Amino acid sequence: MIVANRKPFEELLEFIKPYSKILLLGCNECVTVCATGGAKEVAILASELKMHREKEGRPIEIMEHVLERNCDPEYVESLKPMVGDYEMVMSMACGCGIQFVAEHYREKLVLPAVNTTFDGVTEEHGVWSERCLGCGNCILDKTLGICPVTRCAKSLFNGPCGGSQGGKCEVDKDTPCGWQLIVDRLKEMNMLDKYMEIQPLKDWSTSRDGGPRRRVREDLKI
Amino acid sequence: MRLTYPTNVKVLKVPCTGRVDVIHILKAFENGADGVYVAGCLEGECHYLVGNLRAKKRVGYAKQLLEECGIGGERVAMYNLSSAQGQRFAAIALEMTEKIRQLGPNPMKKGSRVMGHGSRENESQEQVARTEAKS
Amino acid sequence: MSASNLEKILKSGNFAVTGECGPPRGSDAEVVRKKGAHLKGCVDGVNVTDNQTSVVRMSSMSASLILKEIGFDPIMQMVCRDRNRIAIQSDILGASALGINNLLCLSGDHQKFGDHPTAKNVYDIDSMQLIQTVKRLRDDGKFLGGEEVKGTRPDLFIGCAENPFADPFEIRAMRLAKKAAAGAQFVQTQCIFNVPKFEKWMEMVRDLGVHEKIYILAGITPCKSIGMARYMKASVPGMDVPDELIDRLKGVPKEKVAEEGIKIAIEMIQHVRQIKGVAGVHIMAIEWEEKVPEMVKAAGLYPRPQVN
Repeated sequence: MIVANRKPFEELLEFIKPYSKILLLGCNECVTVCATGGAKEVAILASELKMHREKEGRPIEIMEHVLERNCDPEYVESLKPMVGDYEMVMSMACGCGIQFVAEHYREKLVLPAVNTTFDGVTEEHGVWSERCLGCGNCILDKTLGICPVTRCAKSLFNGPCGGSQGGKCEVDKDTPCGWQLIVDRLKEMNMLDKYMEIQPLKDWSTSRDGGPRRRVREDLKI
Repeated sequence: MRLTYPTNVKVLKVPCTGRVDVIHILKAFENGADGVYVAGCLEGECHYLVGNLRAKKRVGYAKQLLEECGIGGERVAMYNLSSAQGQRFAAIALEMTEKIRQLGPNPMKKGSRVMGHGSRENESQEQVARTEAKS
Repeated sequence: MSASNLEKILKSGNFAVTGECGPPRGSDAEVVRKKGAHLKGCVDGVNVTDNQTSVVRMSSMSASLILKEIGFDPIMQMVCRDRNRIAIQSDILGASALGINNLLCLSGDHQKFGDHPTAKNVYDIDSMQLIQTVKRLRDDGKFLGGEEVKGTRPDLFIGCAENPFADPFEIRAMRLAKKAAAGAQFVQTQCIFNVPKFEKWMEMVRDLGVHEKIYILAGITPCKSIGMARYMKASVPGMDVPDELIDRLKGVPKEKVAEEGIKIAIEMIQHVRQIKGVAGVHIMAIEWEEKVPEMVKAAGLYPRPQVN
């Protein structure tokens, strides 16, 4: 899923400063699962903003609305009848959703209420961590299911670096060293000799470095 | 026992404090409550094992949010007591009422007054919402 | 064979000594010359760090050239953190054109530890692939993209680093074998404080026969103070400082701590010299370059041999 974090409250107050009637948008997909921008979080943020503005003596009307998805046109278009009633849209969807809504409603200011952070998993309730950078050229076959591009702070292909200690990354003592995980896995699978293969240079053209990516399936186009 | 406790405390019953969500606490303030406290069973005595412990964490989070939006985190509290502790129940109601009285009315209401649609009576009517655990 | 003095020393079977010179945080060439002057005559080559600990400093290539001009054989360090493969190959050509003969290939410290923690890192290629890149340019005369190098190929003695004290320990010798296979000709290890662990690592290295494929220079760092030892133990990732070493420094009067630190380092040089497969020492006297001559002399490694 795409994981996001809510932006600092002060920043959001600045965004809505000039307005008195806004649409606060959420999404039922990833940001609901990572407890950042689902119906619940939309309600909490709306309540907080309303109370703050009420206290300031400048009440604000906030319409809470949660789309099934913010990244598909059919859902985004469903906003059409309501968008015009609000001075601006603040969205708790991920960066994709925010952009897609902005693309559809060009006359409307659409601002982010979250910082979109990574593609990850739920490690346990309330804990999420990164797994994939979307480099477009998967090498998980070589590293037995642990991605060095994502899980090594230096994206080393022939790691670990000299800063791996006690299984942790030098960058953060709470982050496992990706290469320690790979070595452990190679050992478990009795394939440690695979470590001796020098991984060749990566073709980054399939990654974001090759420019924004697009996928077309002609057979599916209507 | 015929114990008395302040009349400004409005009791909201839930099956377990584990049912209490952050949004319930925020909504109470949004609707004008001056303080909120959650009264759960004694720690380790939850009928649903950890409902009161979850409530404690949520109260903690609500404190942060209320601090952030200027209402004040100290207006929300978590207490633990058993259903047999009538005396304690009354004492907590008094203690919380006194604490909120010292803090004054929900600051959001002051803002409304500036706009001209608040009323002074609100100040004397501190509302303390309370959620009760069923033991 | 390249024009590298270090390579000549090692190939002739002499026990090599290298030093280190961190470029300044300004544009004064004189600072480099002054720092270098302390090492004059005591080392076979001098490492020039590349924005070490991710703190911005004068470029490694410039400082290497300044040191070359005053008679040193610089070992230019290059990290993968700040350059992509285009810049890396360009700098390799440039370094060789300036007469720099040694290149030490490193991943580089993460920018989090430096003075620009909000920077973007590059890591287009890693240190292993950097070793391969230098070798490819030098031996095959080919760029990574496949085109031919025009005219003169870069001629560099290829080095790398390895940390025997980092985890997972069991692959640290394999990792050196991998670097040797990629084309590294010499390795300088992380500062050694835990000698038994270093010996264990060397044993694993010998079991793989790697000591016959690559010259191993043991990393030596004198501790200037108890605070420095403690700091390295607690805050420098991948550093293994045993309590016994700290206790030994604590055991001498305050004014003698620095002297004791030097003494320990000298003993360390003499000790590692006896270990089979160790071809030299790399002395990293961090901001204490003036003590290097004393250490080299006391260890019986002075004067340095002249090999042609």
